[in-house]
Amino acid sequence: MPWYRKPQFSSLRPREPQESPQRVPDGLWHRCPACLSIIYARDFTDNLKVCPSCGFHEKLSSEERLAMLVDDGTFDECDANVSSIDALGFVDSKPYPERLAAMKKRSGLVDAVRCGTSEIGGQRVSLAVMDFAFVGGSMGSVVGEKVTRAIERAIELRIPMLTVVTSGGARMQESTYSLMQMAKTSAALARLDDARLPHIVILTNPSTAGVMASYGSLGDVIIAEPDALIGFAGPRVIEQTIRQKLPRGFQRSEFVKEHGFVDIVCERAHLRDTVITLLGLLRGPHQAGICAELPTGEEEEPIPAEERVAPQGKKRATKVKATTKKPAKRGSTQTKSSKKRVGAPRASR
Amino acid sequence: MSLAVLDFEKPLYERIDALEALRAKRRPTQADRAKIHALEGEIETLRQETYANLSPFQRIKIARHMARPRSLDYVETLFEDWIEVHGDRGFADDKAVIAGYARFEGRPVTIIGQQKGKDTRENLERNFGMMHPEGYRKALRIMRNAAKFDMPIFIFIDTPGAYPGIGAEERGQAEAIARNLLEMARLPVPIICTVIGEGASGGALGIGVGDRLLMLENSWYCVISPEGCASILFRDASHAPRAAEALKLSAPDLLEQGIADEIIPEPLGGAHRDFETTAENVRKALSRNLRLFEGKSGETLVNERYERYRRIGVFEEG
Ligand SMILES: [Zn+2]
Repeated sequence: MPWYRKPQFSSLRPREPQESPQRVPDGLWHRCPACLSIIYARDFTDNLKVCPSCGFHEKLSSEERLAMLVDDGTFDECDANVSSIDALGFVDSKPYPERLAAMKKRSGLVDAVRCGTSEIGGQRVSLAVMDFAFVGGSMGSVVGEKVTRAIERAIELRIPMLTVVTSGGARMQESTYSLMQMAKTSAALARLDDARLPHIVILTNPSTAGVMASYGSLGDVIIAEPDALIGFAGPRVIEQTIRQKLPRGFQRSEFVKEHGFVDIVCERAHLRDTVITLLGLLRGPHQAGICAELPTGEEEEPIPAEERVAPQGKKRATKVKATTKKPAKRGSTQTKSSKKRVGAPRASR
Repeated sequence: MSLAVLDFEKPLYERIDALEALRAKRRPTQADRAKIHALEGEIETLRQETYANLSPFQRIKIARHMARPRSLDYVETLFEDWIEVHGDRGFADDKAVIAGYARFEGRPVTIIGQQKGKDTRENLERNFGMMHPEGYRKALRIMRNAAKFDMPIFIFIDTPGAYPGIGAEERGQAEAIARNLLEMARLPVPIICTVIGEGASGGALGIGVGDRLLMLENSWYCVISPEGCASILFRDASHAPRAAEALKLSAPDLLEQGIADEIIPEPLGGAHRDFETTAENVRKALSRNLRLFEGKSGETLVNERYERYRRIGVFEEG
């Protein structure tokens, strides 16, 4: 079907959006913003919203991201009703409460992250999936709180933490409260690290500023989708500061990987498989479903490496059903103390 | 020493100059004496009025005053045996941040401080207190030594932000800050942070995780500079005073928000008008706050620090 490929005489400037509906019913076609090729919308969706011509990765909503990443029907959402309030009486072009209400209505979201647990390839994980549609995926108190709870949940259940980032930075309307969420989420990740549980981060376009200067950069493994903008300062701020044009590809996934701050650049089509493989590899004796198979012995006695690894078949049989109540033989003390915190309603202010 | 006068101080300093001119007269007339007397009264009233109700942006101007005391001024005044150390052992020595060991009230301590210059030459050398990734990594290296040798850490915050440049991005500015946030959360020694001037965004927080947050009266601490906020939300950096109001970023605001623990008073007109008094106020505050952590185990410190940040945030649920 070459006829819906890139038009031969397309100019560099994108045509007016109302042009295609003249030929076909609205929503049937998708035009790639990068290469301008036109594709049947359902094919585009089936291709996980990646342009088949140029490989451009379109932004995904949190709903779409969950659908492509987790096992069907396993997402168990938590803290869905944690919602922003206007603590500072912040007014820019409109009052913050009005902005929030409009945002909620337009995006159908409560805030810029959705959290919960789910299975990915049959392996249970704690999830935080950000959504750019809500105030540019900005981190305020709600994002900070929900991500922190998700990390604490991972610690309590002794399961890996998986974070999907898309964010333009901090929620300015929440001012210093927003800034402090960077410290809060990072402190929770210190506990996750102490508990020797993995944090896998997926960076998508764009991943910048406050989120990147906290949990977005703190993955044991950091995966990036191709050509995502990744960095601390926004390109425009940098250009204004140094008064020169930025080099091509600057702050893009491949560039960031070349400089050593991303482990893997992974196309969306292979993302789920990559995560499943990693989850299988980054186990260690501290995760739920693993500890049950550890040989019992003296606390201080070192366990020979070959004994720590449970046989493959046995591991698979037990991993999903594994009880989380059973205390880890060599687990961290953090698990116990975090139990009270998880899910407990928190007073505002 | 004559100090640069800020715009809102002008009426006050015009009168002070007039008073000094009259006093310098060799043969003052009766009228001059009367004028001197009147001016003295006027100046006292005006001085109180000028500084009694400073707007957030006026405070920011004081916080940015070129003559404002810098980290090294406090280090050299309040500490003994100061040994500055350098470098992140990976790339370079970032001069926008100082790090080293010293004694405070006889006890070995570690000091990290963002360092601005006091003139253009110095500011170029110090990059205006804007750190690069190697600065955050230097700070972390020295703080790890503090943990190793069981030394409390004093942090002095004074930065307009982390440096936004090509090299900074290439060397992982975001990662460097994030790493510090994680590692500082679990350092098993007391960390006392003091904002002495500007505390802008992640660039400030990147050395700012601790057990206490003290703020000098005219300092500010926020997720973004008022200029940055104004250019994004009000589409014009000249609306910075309005943004400064909206952001609630001054020391009293942060105390009220439960983010800052204590305000360190400054002399009338700001720290640069009377450094000796300011330094003494800082010394007392550091001493008193350090004592709060006497005898606490590393584990307790880390757990309490976790709870401290855990509760920051405003939202509703249900
Ligand atoms: Zn394309």
